Amino acid sequence: MKAKVIVTPKAAVLDPQGAAVRDAMQHLGMPEVQSVRIGKYLEIEVDENSGGVEERLHSLCRDLLSNPVIEDYRLEMVNHA
Amino acid sequence: MPQRFAVVQFPGSNCDQDCVAALNSFAGVTADYVWHQEKSLAGYDAIILPGGFSYGDYLRCGAIARFSPIMAAVINDAAAGKLVLGTCNGFQILCEAGLLPGALVRNRSQHFVCEIVRTRLEVADSPFTHGCGEGTILRLPIAHGEGCFFADEITLRQLNENRQVILRYVDENGEPTPAANPNGSLENIAGICNRERNVFGLMPHPDRACDERLGSGDGRRIFESMIQTVAAQRAAAA
Repeated sequence: MKAKVIVTPKAAVLDPQGAAVRDAMQHLGMPEVQSVRIGKYLEIEVDENSGGVEERLHSLCRDLLSNPVIEDYRLEMVNHA
Repeated sequence: MPQRFAVVQFPGSNCDQDCVAALNSFAGVTADYVWHQEKSLAGYDAIILPGGFSYGDYLRCGAIARFSPIMAAVINDAAAGKLVLGTCNGFQILCEAGLLPGALVRNRSQHFVCEIVRTRLEVADSPFTHGCGEGTILRLPIAHGEGCFFADEITLRQLNENRQVILRYVDENGEPTPAANPNGSLENIAGICNRERNVFGLMPHPDRACDERLGSGDGRRIFESMIQTVAAQRAAAA
């Protein structure tokens, strides 16, 4: 089983990286780009035979993989099959 | 008996030696390195989390260090009233651990900043600053890429109402102007304490400002205040 976690900065948090990339995109011929926000993407392989994986992953998303003060996260479970 | 200060070493700490050298320059103080795998800080009067790049700053600054075995002892001793000082990466770890509110994010300029800045003491009755008067300007070095202090509106208001903002970045007139803000921190915040006032985190390095020959001796004021506080705590416990 695979878990995909996407971590993004909260709207109220400055994202100077995103602003720099937005500016670069505008300079490269896409003036219609209005905003870029840069986050993180994690791919996690999990043994599907263990129980309560998704719940425990959510817990670690809050404690370790994201900082709820500045970031939001999305967790998606993907079955191989 | 000398006062005993613990300087915690995480993998990637790089100001641990500065902290130990600074503290050992004070009479009546002994500073020890304590490896992050240790589980107890018993016998120490105060705890320092030094600057550096713990765990390579992977994931987020301080995000992994906060789960080091020693942090359970830091959290436990902080709850018991022991003084805890976090400088630079130590400040980031304290925020990640939830011992201080808010978070430190990438500098607004995207630049790593390394310079001596002016900071103004906003609170002169904390255990870390009572050796200096309110409004005192401390010249302290900073060296960080992720020192932009962020907190939501409610937290920010509480920090101000409870007088938890200890230091702000200011200009040569002592004013917290945008130009004097080296990293984009909200309200020019350079250092805050917890509600109970025994945990203090700041981005500047008092440890690197303990000798005039190195540019500033103003960091000594913070350590002197801590030493006075520990002396008072010991006297009260005796």
